[in-house]
Amino acid sequence: MSSTTGDLAPGHEHDHHASYLTATKGVASWLFTLDHKRIGVMYLVAILTFFLIGGLAALGVRAELFTPEPDLFTGSQYNRWFTVHGAVMVFLVLVPSIPASLGNFFLPLMLGQKDVAFPRLNLLSFHIYILGALFLIYTLISGGVETGWTFYTPYSSTTDSSVISALMGAFTLGFSSILTGINFIVTIHKMRAPGMTWRKMPLFLWGTYATSLIQVLATPVIAVTLFLLMFERTFHIGIFDPALGGDPVLFQHFFWFYSHPVVYVMILPAFGVISETVSIHSRKHIFGYMAIAASSVAIAFIGFLVWGHHMFVSGQSELSGTIFSLITFGVAVPTAIKVFSWVGTMYGGAIRLNSVMLYTLAFLFIFTIGGLTGLFLAVLAVDVHMHDTYFVVAHFHYVMMGGTLMGFIAGIHHWWPKMTGKMYNEKLAKFGCLVVFTGFNLTFFTQFVMGARGMPRRYHEYLPEFQLWHQLSTIGAFTLAAGLFITLGYLLLSLKNGEKASKNPWGAKSLEWETESPPIEHNFVGQVVCDHGPYDFDEIDYSRG
Amino acid sequence: MTLASLLPFLAASEARAEGTFWMPEQASTFAEEVDWIYYFIYWIDVLFFFLVIGAMVYFAIRYRAKTGKERTSPLKGSHSLELAWSAIPGLILLSFFWFGFQTYMDMQVPPKDALNIRVTGQKWNWSFEYPDYGIRQGGDQGLVVPSGQPVMLTMSSVDVLHSFYIPDFRVKKDVVPNRYSTIWFEAKGTGDHQVFCTEYCGDDHSRMLTKVHVMEPAKFREWVRDNKADDGPVDGQSLFSSMGCIGCHSIDGSKLVGPSLKGKYGTDEQLTDGSTVAIDDNYIRESIMVPGAKVVAGYAPQMPPYQGRLNDEEVNALIDYIKTLK
Repeated sequence: MSSTTGDLAPGHEHDHHASYLTATKGVASWLFTLDHKRIGVMYLVAILTFFLIGGLAALGVRAELFTPEPDLFTGSQYNRWFTVHGAVMVFLVLVPSIPASLGNFFLPLMLGQKDVAFPRLNLLSFHIYILGALFLIYTLISGGVETGWTFYTPYSSTTDSSVISALMGAFTLGFSSILTGINFIVTIHKMRAPGMTWRKMPLFLWGTYATSLIQVLATPVIAVTLFLLMFERTFHIGIFDPALGGDPVLFQHFFWFYSHPVVYVMILPAFGVISETVSIHSRKHIFGYMAIAASSVAIAFIGFLVWGHHMFVSGQSELSGTIFSLITFGVAVPTAIKVFSWVGTMYGGAIRLNSVMLYTLAFLFIFTIGGLTGLFLAVLAVDVHMHDTYFVVAHFHYVMMGGTLMGFIAGIHHWWPKMTGKMYNEKLAKFGCLVVFTGFNLTFFTQFVMGARGMPRRYHEYLPEFQLWHQLSTIGAFTLAAGLFITLGYLLLSLKNGEKASKNPWGAKSLEWETESPPIEHNFVGQVVCDHGPYDFDEIDYSRG
Repeated sequence: MTLASLLPFLAASEARAEGTFWMPEQASTFAEEVDWIYYFIYWIDVLFFFLVIGAMVYFAIRYRAKTGKERTSPLKGSHSLELAWSAIPGLILLSFFWFGFQTYMDMQVPPKDALNIRVTGQKWNWSFEYPDYGIRQGGDQGLVVPSGQPVMLTMSSVDVLHSFYIPDFRVKKDVVPNRYSTIWFEAKGTGDHQVFCTEYCGDDHSRMLTKVHVMEPAKFREWVRDNKADDGPVDGQSLFSSMGCIGCHSIDGSKLVGPSLKGKYGTDEQLTDGSTVAIDDNYIRESIMVPGAKVVAGYAPQMPPYQGRLNDEEVNALIDYIKTLK
């Protein structure tokens, strides 16, 4: 058990005991707050708003694909819809998702601290995020962009849609990402509570730490790449456009040098969440703590060396392709270790099948399929057939949507009582999870089948032989949307009618559960000392061998 | 979805009976090899999926908390188990890599006696040129190849990236401007196979389709004889389809990506900058060579330039053909 020590300045006490939600009032007190919890909540609201926009764009795409012929959109409109979906989901939702919202809120709390190392930088990163989002919103209003979220050249250097403002958006959002990364790295290195060694850190923090390393190292590369593309478009200096003497394949190298590591920015924090939830709700110590922690860092580093597996058919050299294929399997091993460890954690536990655990199990189910189908794509000869088909689309939705977002939703449910001080309706939550899980698998499993049979991605029209699979996928997408709206509904209702949450409703051992729900403005009264591991639950029977 | 709307597609999957549940028909020598690797990985994947998810479901039921007062195991890990589940999957993955690498290498090295065909990708047409026979094909004509004989495609794009994909052959490669990429295959059997563009290329990306027609070698030789370029006059009508004009410019007045050319010769056309131009030989020639110079109002400047791809005789033939479209 931990204890609190330290003196309080007299007369300061009232500040410390007010909830962070009510300590100060007014819109400005939120928009210009330096409190990491409020910044985390603002990020959460912003990210979920963009998730709604990106999701509606996906529904538009799926609705169009219900029949082989063009129904709702022309080719050019359809291309704008899928670009909005991809760009919003990647740059405004998946990249910031868990670290910027749950990470901002819980990183200092789990470290037993009052805030991150640089609270002003943290606020700046949120403001930059909003600025970047405004660029993307402007892009939408000014007619949209139809390059796909990948901005491949020379299409993006020659088309006359609003490419520059979209690039400015992604460019700007990168800085927000870098600032958050720096902040988290410094905070984890320098500001752990007394007694909290690296090996006593909750695994969520290890996941966030590995993520931050990638954000700081990889994001500058995409910034430079997007800048060069803007430069080429504006001044017609040949960099990527072959008509000007540039090399379009070079753009792909630069692009994936960032965009491959960034998929680990998206998934590593979800790994962190699952490590917490699977252990806490199984009432058992995590299986193989060091293996999970080290594999996060290993994935972060190996992840920098595999970008060329996006380019097996791009015309890069056969030797490069071979090396990239081999290294790619090097990422598969640490990922497999994690999955085995999570399942191993459940062994001998006392598993509570609440909504958090259901989302955790859903994550494991979906992520395992996502990981296993990735193996086909890492194998050179099979990827030649699968590349740029719906098989790839299905694979990355299993990993990104089914992995990252299931982890995100599990995390939101796990920490909702702490963030809001309210409990949600558990029955509705379980029902919502079931609908989301069913809808998700119906939407994307069908895409594996049509992809393997040759259905290319980014097609506005398609051959009638694929219609059955497209229709099932579209029905799945609307089911998934219904599940997500149910989830949003009971979460919002809980703010009004929810039962009051206790300090530690799950019996967890990490430090964020030692303060009030919702936390007081300064997180803790006095300095928290960490004298136990994050997974040393009361139920563990040490007398058993 | 009604049952009636389902039925045609059940019938459609009947027609693909040569393929398997996951993979389309095997119509090249690579197809069998690729499918073998696919199913090798697939069954190992299925095994691991049931091991992992089976264990998860079993644990979730077996160790489910009932009273909330259960005591749990103090297990924190197991070095031998962790070593085993790193090493065994690692070795299996190396075998995946090795099989994929072997077949990929075969795909990259065309035999010396392969039939050479040039492929040009452009928005939104595939055209094929047989340098040995002086044959050009485009539009709906498709790619004609003999069965049982290696064929090598040397491909390039005149505008943006495209990708040449024949699912039944399991081959695909990006088609890049200013650069040649190659694929080779040996078709099996005879019949038609779908070709897709699989690198996103704009408005009509999903219409950039054509077919490969595989013929018996004897029939292929016959086809070559019938289509071989003679020294007679260049035919504008066949150029109009082989160079891909027909993909964007209709000859019956219907609006496609570009303006229809029916009855256009000798008329005036409004341009994007508000001015008008008379459609005469010079305007047509300029629009073929430098399409972006004078763009008709209501259309985007999407057409790739043909400068260097057509000689004077061919441009003249095209202009003469366009004059006949009334």
